Amino acid sequence: MVRSLGAEVVEVRLPEHLDGLDALIIPGGESTTIGRLAGLYGLLEPMAEVIESGLPVLGTCAGMIVLATGTTEGDQAQLGVLDVVVRRNAFGRQVDSYEAPIPVSGWDEPITGVFIRAPWIAKAGDDVEILATVDDELSGDARPVFVRQRNVIATAFHPELTDDARVHEMLLSMAAAAKEL
Amino acid sequence: MTDTPSTHGTDRVKRGLAEMLKGGVIMDVVTADQARIAEEAGAVAVMSLERVPADIRATGGVARMADPQKVTEIVAAVSIPVMAKARIGHFVEAQVLQTLGVDYIDESEVLTPADEEHHIDKWAFTVPFVCGARDLGEALRRIGEGAAMIRTKGEPGTGNVVEAVRHMRQMTSEIRTLTTLGDDELMSQARDLRAPFDLVKEVASTGRLPVVNFAAGGIATPADAALMMQLGCDGIFVGSGIFKSGDPAVRARAIVEATTHYSDADAIAKVSHDLGEPMVGINIDTIPPEERMQERGL
Repeated sequence: MVRSLGAEVVEVRLPEHLDGLDALIIPGGESTTIGRLAGLYGLLEPMAEVIESGLPVLGTCAGMIVLATGTTEGDQAQLGVLDVVVRRNAFGRQVDSYEAPIPVSGWDEPITGVFIRAPWIAKAGDDVEILATVDDELSGDARPVFVRQRNVIATAFHPELTDDARVHEMLLSMAAAAKEL
Repeated sequence: MTDTPSTHGTDRVKRGLAEMLKGGVIMDVVTADQARIAEEAGAVAVMSLERVPADIRATGGVARMADPQKVTEIVAAVSIPVMAKARIGHFVEAQVLQTLGVDYIDESEVLTPADEEHHIDKWAFTVPFVCGARDLGEALRRIGEGAAMIRTKGEPGTGNVVEAVRHMRQMTSEIRTLTTLGDDELMSQARDLRAPFDLVKEVASTGRLPVVNFAAGGIATPADAALMMQLGCDGIFVGSGIFKSGDPAVRARAIVEATTHYSDADAIAKVSHDLGEPMVGINIDTIPPEERMQERGL
């Protein structure tokens, strides 16, 4: 996705891979596995440091969980750089996974939200800008699924599974702006 | 939801879950305790089945889907996705597994086939399916039936990686050949592969399968897992290799780490120290052809 936008891509598996990045993406996957392996190979602290020092970062689905300060279930290795509490597998199991057009604040066209065993945000801090929500069928509450806090953007859905590059463009323009400073 | 239409069980949603498992290890488990060990070790998903392939091979008899009680316990025990095996062509086992909340169904040659002619119509389900394949034609036939993920068949329950290697190399080479052919050659290639023409055309133009392709069937060591990753698969299934070994928790962790750092020989060497006894291996030529699981469901 970002390659098609003209960016160069490196995979980050070890702390030294963080050197020289202009932006970071924490993709979908299994957050327990990502958190465990990142912890084991000493990636969590260096990642939190570069993000706190302003590196633009996008987390999708599991990536959002890894960025958050907490989960409603607790007990998960997290970076704590996005002031939200996340509920994992909030929509249910795979048979409840779905896609739907999601209106985004400030955008003319909705984005196709592909929610796969997706989380939602149960609680967001005051600094967190909420860009999109979906309605919780049980309580009727609006649950944030796309947020931004300074240099951190996070989605509960998977823009990388669609042809819509707007979320990734947002990250790259943040990276371009950060470079000019 | 909002007023806008939402859709479940689309191709994108089904194939997308497999995309999220890429680079990871999926482990066969028989009990909730084994599922917890697998999750703790860093598995991206667990596969629920009645008996691991090595035991099916040893004890014989008809192998079926797992007891729904066990499946339910496993679903409750872990937060990672739970897959479960159904017999080839046994669409009612698949219906039951979907109802139990399983996240992916493996229509698997490891179990005794229920239909020797037909696979399950996987388009009819909301839950996604993974199927085994030995070559590109098989993979595309399964995708044509609605599979959202493919794995090599290998030869399950042997601890011998040779068949998984053969199948992965076969698929890679057939895909490469397709990309070199002209449009006018694709129909006869589809005939030779016995594969749906549209899918043949798609692979010829993209140079890859339209779904994620994992390796399975005989992977027993961290180096086996890294070998399959270097050969170009997207992730690893380990069946008997973990819970038939001397120290399952340690071996499970080592296989996960070797899969993540598959091109880093230092890392693979480091995680391969002191793993205890691997599962006992079986040479393929000692298995009578009629007992080879890979010959089922072609």
